[in-house]
Amino acid sequence: MSKIIEGLKYSESHEWVKVEGNIAYIGVTDFAQKEMGDITYVDMPEEGDDVIAGEEFGALESVKASSELISPVSGTVVLVNGELEDAPEKVNEDAYGAWIIKVEMSLPSELDALMDAAGYKAHIGE
Amino acid sequence: MEELKTCLYDAHVALGAKMSPFAGYMMPIQYSSITIEHNAVRQHVGMFDVSHMGEIFVKGPQAEAFINYIFTNDIRGYEPGKVLYGMMCYPDGGTVDDLLVYREFLADHFLLVVNAANIDKDFAWIQEQAKAFDVKLDNASPRIGQIAVQGPEAEKTVMEVLGYKEAANLSFYTFCDVEYNGERLILSRTGYTGEDGFELYTTNENTVEIWDKLLKAGVQPCGLGCRDTLRFEAGLPLYGDELSPEISPVMAGLGMFCKYEKDFIGKEALLDQKAGNLARKLVGIEIEDKAIPRAGYPVLTPEGEEVGIVTTGYHSISLDKSICFALVNKDFAALDTPLCIGIRKKVFPGKVVKKRFYQTNYKK
Repeated sequence: MSKIIEGLKYSESHEWVKVEGNIAYIGVTDFAQKEMGDITYVDMPEEGDDVIAGEEFGALESVKASSELISPVSGTVVLVNGELEDAPEKVNEDAYGAWIIKVEMSLPSELDALMDAAGYKAHIGE
Repeated sequence: MEELKTCLYDAHVALGAKMSPFAGYMMPIQYSSITIEHNAVRQHVGMFDVSHMGEIFVKGPQAEAFINYIFTNDIRGYEPGKVLYGMMCYPDGGTVDDLLVYREFLADHFLLVVNAANIDKDFAWIQEQAKAFDVKLDNASPRIGQIAVQGPEAEKTVMEVLGYKEAANLSFYTFCDVEYNGERLILSRTGYTGEDGFELYTTNENTVEIWDKLLKAGVQPCGLGCRDTLRFEAGLPLYGDELSPEISPVMAGLGMFCKYEKDFIGKEALLDQKAGNLARKLVGIEIEDKAIPRAGYPVLTPEGEEVGIVTTGYHSISLDKSICFALVNKDFAALDTPLCIGIRKKVFPGKVVKKRFYQTNYKK
């Protein structure tokens, strides 16, 4: 069973969003990190870059494969989690602690299109 | 298409392996993690189910002449008990397959070990070429299982767990015949990891028993995931990635396995390529970042001109470097040539390095 946290928003492509006012922290779910296996590299955007809902903003790399990161919301990257540059394994160890980017949302209503914890649980079939 | 199963399929499932189709078989990709399995082979010992590989026996008065005609390397003068690596080529130099040739202890008997994905294609090719020769062919692949025991503790494992004291007397690329349950077992000091090790060919039933014994003795089961990271670090090609009908042994930098003092299919084309008449060459490239060059990513000059494509790439587990094999325009193949890899939306600078990224540890 994969860990799912109440109160977060989830995308079909297995990103989670934690909302604080106009700010969204974005990471990947426990289900996604398990599917990927040992994560060896997190490809992140630069601070100040724009992200668009439904479009790639980076990637996770495991030994064997790379997996695109899709932004669940649109906005501007105000911070990237620099800790993941040297310790990408933190995504495996604590998927919900290891946020990847912090975004100032330009269209918070996009959050309505995302799933809640129950919806995501059904989405991954657990 | 329904995937085939090796004799060890049930054993893999029982171990909870992540199974995936490979070369027409359902194969274990990993049991625990690729990194753990990779390091077990580099530091201690690991075992692989390689029962999907193909075994083709060739015998008859013209067996040596026939094999030397379809094989790029030269088996003349090689004693019984020797193993030789090389390729089979098409007349245009493209690669049919890369394979091992075993000279057996019976006169005029040979064993060819070929890639799983190519068994049918190879056997048809070999049959076609054999028409003009007095040889008998036997595709024994379905009857034979194979386990690779690899790593610095492989010799100790084969001697102590399986009781084959003969292992100590084998040097790299030699083999001997032993018995298991009264049946033949080929004990071969070969492998595909860059480490010392053995490959054991025997019946499917014996293979299942031997796997179980090794497992109970604590040998780490290893999947195809780390088989690829290990062979890649050791600079070994994988058919389909670094060799193909479009990629000749000369392009792949395997010219040392092509012997031109004899006739063989593809010789003229390969000689022509060797003289410089080739468009692309396989190189190693190291980039200055942790981003990972993957198969299919473009290779660029510092000015941005696309001059090649990545064939295999990893963030190397043993070396902690992002490295790849790439096929590049031959004008950019010299060591230290600055080349970049396009990874998603970014371009990462790097340079051409030797393809053998990892210092191999074979028993001479």
